[in-house]
Amino acid sequence: MAKLLAPPALSPRSLAVWGRNWLVWRKLALPSILANLADPLIVLFGLGYGLGAVLGEMDGMAYFAFLGAGFVCSATMYAASFESLYSAFSRMHVQRTWEAIVNAPMTLEDVVAGEWVWAATKAFAAGLCVLAVVAVFGEVRFPTAVLALPVIVLLGLAFAALGLAINALANGYDFFSYYMTVILTPMLMLSGVFFPIDRLPEGVRAVATTLPLYHGVSMVRPLLSGELPGGWPGHLSVIVAYAIVGLYLAVVLTRRRLLR
Amino acid sequence: MSADALQVRGLRKRYGGLEVVAGIDFTVRAGECFGLLGPNGAGKTTTLKLCLGLIEPHLGEMHLLGEPVPARAREARARVGVVPQFDSLDPDFSVAENLVVYGRYFGIPERTIRARMPALLEFSALAGRGDAKLLTLSGGMKRRLTLARALVNDPELLFMDEPTTGLDPQARHLIWERLRQLTQRGKTVILTTHFMEEAERLCSRVAIMDHGRIIALGSPRALIAEHIEPQVVEVHGPGLAAWLPTAAPLAPRREHVGETLFCYAADPEPLLAQLRGRADLTYIHRPANLEDVFLKLTGRDLRD
Repeated sequence: MAKLLAPPALSPRSLAVWGRNWLVWRKLALPSILANLADPLIVLFGLGYGLGAVLGEMDGMAYFAFLGAGFVCSATMYAASFESLYSAFSRMHVQRTWEAIVNAPMTLEDVVAGEWVWAATKAFAAGLCVLAVVAVFGEVRFPTAVLALPVIVLLGLAFAALGLAINALANGYDFFSYYMTVILTPMLMLSGVFFPIDRLPEGVRAVATTLPLYHGVSMVRPLLSGELPGGWPGHLSVIVAYAIVGLYLAVVLTRRRLLR
Repeated sequence: MSADALQVRGLRKRYGGLEVVAGIDFTVRAGECFGLLGPNGAGKTTTLKLCLGLIEPHLGEMHLLGEPVPARAREARARVGVVPQFDSLDPDFSVAENLVVYGRYFGIPERTIRARMPALLEFSALAGRGDAKLLTLSGGMKRRLTLARALVNDPELLFMDEPTTGLDPQARHLIWERLRQLTQRGKTVILTTHFMEEAERLCSRVAIMDHGRIIALGSPRALIAEHIEPQVVEVHGPGLAAWLPTAAPLAPRREHVGETLFCYAADPEPLLAQLRGRADLTYIHRPANLEDVFLKLTGRDLRD
């Protein structure tokens, strides 16, 4: 039990796990980047321009800009989740890649850490792609927008950690649809991506303020429109807390699954 | 530090109420080929994983290449190669990329692996196949690549978990040949198998495991001499039931399994004399082997 809860034993070679995934991704880089760009482009056009024309402004900004900032965060969330759920599960369970790695002088923690940083890297790339699309349409203000980049990184780390914890509990790919449907989709609706959360009933709003995506949106949106977000230390701490607790949970649950 | 490659003392591992490894002791000497035999579920793979420090024992002490396991398992694994039971090669990579990427897990720079690549591929009969995609490889080629992958760090000791299961005779013989070469180069090999012929050919010593315990340990020849009569006559055919009383005084130990009678004897001549010329009985006469010992010790019941 003590061993199960012990702090992770990490080596710098955990980066080799990242390197392995990078090498695989490089072979499929072009379609992956195109998908990362095309997806937000299509949805932003449809909702941003279409719905935006009806709605006009939202919270004092063009709906396109409002929604664009939200999508930067939700794209980060989904990319981190897909990578740490479906892709990590393939490597852990289906291809036995993790099994091969721990036969080398690597620990399970090295593997989890490498996968964590990798999923966050892909999430960062996805968020950056949306940000680029929004910027091309002139709805991103610099230099404050540069400060959104570390927020995207942290958001990716938080969702990657949560995904890896869920991954350690999964008995098959179907298990992830529960997480997607029960956790991520409601989070998408409640976190101020499509509309400000002050439109929500008070009880629901209280729930929304516990969600990492909400705190990401609360920082990224002002930063993209040229303002510094109020209350940023609070927002930042919630995301960092999710990342740290999530990672520790992922390590403990993965140990419980594979080290016994 | 000791000259023993692996020392295991009082090793126990429980899953829930089931003791999968129930207190085993054995030592593998440096440079020998040691076989861990047993039916499915005997605890062989669990024992390997415990020795590699991949899972935690409930009790017991292990030293792998002088390093205490699991405390310093990482340091020990740096000097060890593993051929796992199931294919875990990277399907997205070519043959060469599989080796390069695996080398990184040992902290070996890419150029070192690239320099060693021709020798590794040559050894595993994959010369010139470096750029081949994994999907194009046969089962035998994949197993050979797994062997090459286990050798990227030039290990002192090699663990092989059922290395030839599912391979055709050609592929199996090649793996056997390579294992002999490795032991000749002074490497220690520890393999699990349930092919007794394989163990008899390759291993200087074997441990037979059943229900988490080691029930016999020694050289294949010594185990055969110790546990079983040297000659075996297998008899079957329509006249078997009527012939049983004739066999009884001639073979000190007999086993009637389904339609076949196994007769074990030091001197099979009287038996054979009774069998010659009988049209209603078919028989095979052969020397006793490790499989006979194995079946005697572990029984003939199916293990699922």
